[in-house]
Amino acid sequence: MRPRVGQMLASTVDTTAVIVVRCPDSELDVTCGGAAMIEGTAPGAVTGTADPDLMGGSLLGKRYADEDLGLELLCTKQGQGTLAVNGVPLPVKSAKPLPASD
Amino acid sequence: MNVSMILDMAAEGFGDRVVVGRAQDGLTPVRLRELAAGGARAVRAADADAIVYLATNGPAFAVAQFAAALAGVPLVPVNYRLGEEQLDALLANHPRALAIAAPGQDVAPRRAGLTVRGPAEWLTEAAANTDGDIEPRLSDAPAVLIYTSGTTSTPKGVVLRHHNLVSYVLGTVEFAAADPAEAALMSVPPYHIAAVSNVLTNLYAGRRTLTLDQFTPEGWLALVREQRITHAMVVPTMLARIMDTAGLDLSVPSMRSLAYGGARMPVRVIETALRTWPRVDFVNAYGLTETSSTVSVLGPAEHRAAVASEDPAVRARLGSAGLPVPGIEIEVRDGNGESLGAGETGQIWVRGEQVSGEYAGQGSAVDERGFFHTRDRGHLDTDGYVHIEGRADDTIIRGAENIAPAEIEDVLLRHPDVLDAVVVGVPDEEWGQRIEAVVVPRDGAKADAGALRAAVRGTLRGSKTPDRITYWTELPRTVTGKLVRRDIVAALTAPEDGKKGQP
Repeated sequence: MRPRVGQMLASTVDTTAVIVVRCPDSELDVTCGGAAMIEGTAPGAVTGTADPDLMGGSLLGKRYADEDLGLELLCTKQGQGTLAVNGVPLPVKSAKPLPASD
Repeated sequence: MNVSMILDMAAEGFGDRVVVGRAQDGLTPVRLRELAAGGARAVRAADADAIVYLATNGPAFAVAQFAAALAGVPLVPVNYRLGEEQLDALLANHPRALAIAAPGQDVAPRRAGLTVRGPAEWLTEAAANTDGDIEPRLSDAPAVLIYTSGTTSTPKGVVLRHHNLVSYVLGTVEFAAADPAEAALMSVPPYHIAAVSNVLTNLYAGRRTLTLDQFTPEGWLALVREQRITHAMVVPTMLARIMDTAGLDLSVPSMRSLAYGGARMPVRVIETALRTWPRVDFVNAYGLTETSSTVSVLGPAEHRAAVASEDPAVRARLGSAGLPVPGIEIEVRDGNGESLGAGETGQIWVRGEQVSGEYAGQGSAVDERGFFHTRDRGHLDTDGYVHIEGRADDTIIRGAENIAPAEIEDVLLRHPDVLDAVVVGVPDEEWGQRIEAVVVPRDGAKADAGALRAAVRGTLRGSKTPDRITYWTELPRTVTGKLVRRDIVAALTAPEDGKKGQP
C-alpha cells in the first residue's frame, strides 16, 4: 500500500490503530501483528490471524518510526500487535519534546 | 480525521487527570468528552451549522471546541468587543449558528437571530445531555474559522481543517509528556489562534490549563502564584507590562516555562525578563492564524546562549523566531518568487500539513508547490534561524527606498526613556511616504526627539530617521498587542492639530 500523511490505519488482528505522521512516497507493507493494516479509525471485526511472534504491543501516543525509510506512525489506540514495515518491527522513536509554545 | 481524536486519546491515556480549570474542581478528559457529547447534541437539537463563540476564555470554550468537532460543524471564535457594524457583518455569515455569549454581551447575536446561550447555560445544557457515546459526525466542515483583519478592512475568515490542527498537535507535542504538577496559564482571548491550538496541545500533553481573560500584571502574577502555574503563554505587550510596572512582586517560584508570540518582542523586554527570572525557560513562537499557530520556535537554550554571547550573530538570535518546527519548511523569496539565500531579506513562505492558507469563500491561497505567503518580510541566517523584519504591508516606501518600521522601532525601544514606540509611513508629496514615529515616554522621562533621532542615525542610516516624533501617553494596541497602523497614520494626518509633534 502507499501510505499518506494523515491517513488513519487500523489493525485487523487486534485493537491497535495509528495515524501516519510522515511517510515516503512509495509502496510499503504496513502490518500490525503480522497482518496488513487497513484504512480506518477503529478496528473492525478481527478478520485475520495474528502472528504470535509479532504481538509485542503498541502503546498509546508513542511514535513508531523508521528514519531511513522516512516513515513515522503514531499510535492512537493501543493494542497487542507489533507495528512493522516491510516485515521489520518499527522501533519506538525516543521523544525529544519541543518546548510548549502556544 | 477529527480533533476529537485528541480528546479520545487523552480520555484513554489519563482520563482521571484534571486538565481544564482549577486543580480542585476542574474537568478531566473523561468529563470533557461527556460535556462535548452533550454540547454536540445541543448543537444538533438547535439545527445549528456552527458554534459562534463570543464569550471570554474558560471551560466553556474547551467544551465548545470539542462539541463542534463532534457535531461536524465549525467553531467560530469572535471578538465580542468588535464594533457593531463589523460584528453584524461577521455574524451575518453564520445565520444558523448557535452563539455562546455572556448575558449583556449578546445583543449582536440576538439581533442577528442566532440561538444564544450564556457560557454557564451552555455548560449546564451540555451536562444535561451526556448520556451515551456520540460518534463524531464526519463532514467536510472546517474545524475552526477565525476572522483575521490583516491590513485590509474587511475581515477574512481563515479556514482551519481538522487535519491542519491535528498535524500541528502531533508534530509539536509529545503525548502525555506533562507531569501532573504542570499547570498552564493562557492569557490570550479565544479568537486568537493560540487560544484555539492551546486547548489541543495542552490536552494532548496532559497539562492542566487555566485562562485569564482580563490581563493585568497584578492579576497574572497573583494567579501564577496561587495556582502554581508552571507554563504560561503571553503576548509581548503583557510581558512588557509585567516588567515595566513599578512596585510589583515579581516572584514566580513555580514558573518553569514562558512562551510568547503574536507580535514582535522588544529586545529590551526579553533581556529584562531573562535577568529577572533566570530559572525560567523562555520560548518565542512565530506563527499565523493561517498556519494553525506555531511554525518556528526559539527555545530556552538559544535564549540563554544569545544573551550570554559576545558573538553578534548569536546575540541577534534573541530577536529571531528560531528554527522551523517538525514538518514545516520555510523559504524566503524575492518579489519574483525566486528563493533567496542566507542573509538576504525577502518574503517568508511556509509549507506543511498544519498550514491551511485557505480563506472562507476564497479557497486555497497556497502556490503550486503548496507554499503559503505569510506576507512577512524576513531572512534566514546561515544556521537556518528565521528572522522576521515586519509585515510586508507595513513597509515604508520613501523615495526609492524600502524601509522596515521594525528596525527603527527596535532602536527607539532600546532607548531607556522609551516605553513603547511605533514607526509608520505617512503620505508625503515629495517622497511618497515620509517616516514618522509615535513614542510613549517612560514616566518622568524626557525622550528628547533630538536624542532619539541621533540614536537612529547612529545605528541605521540618516535616511531612516523619523521626520517627526509625536508623543502619546499610550499606543492603541489590541488586547493581543497588535497595532492598527492605518489608525495611527490617520491620527497623525488628521486635519485638527491636537497632536503636535517635534521634528
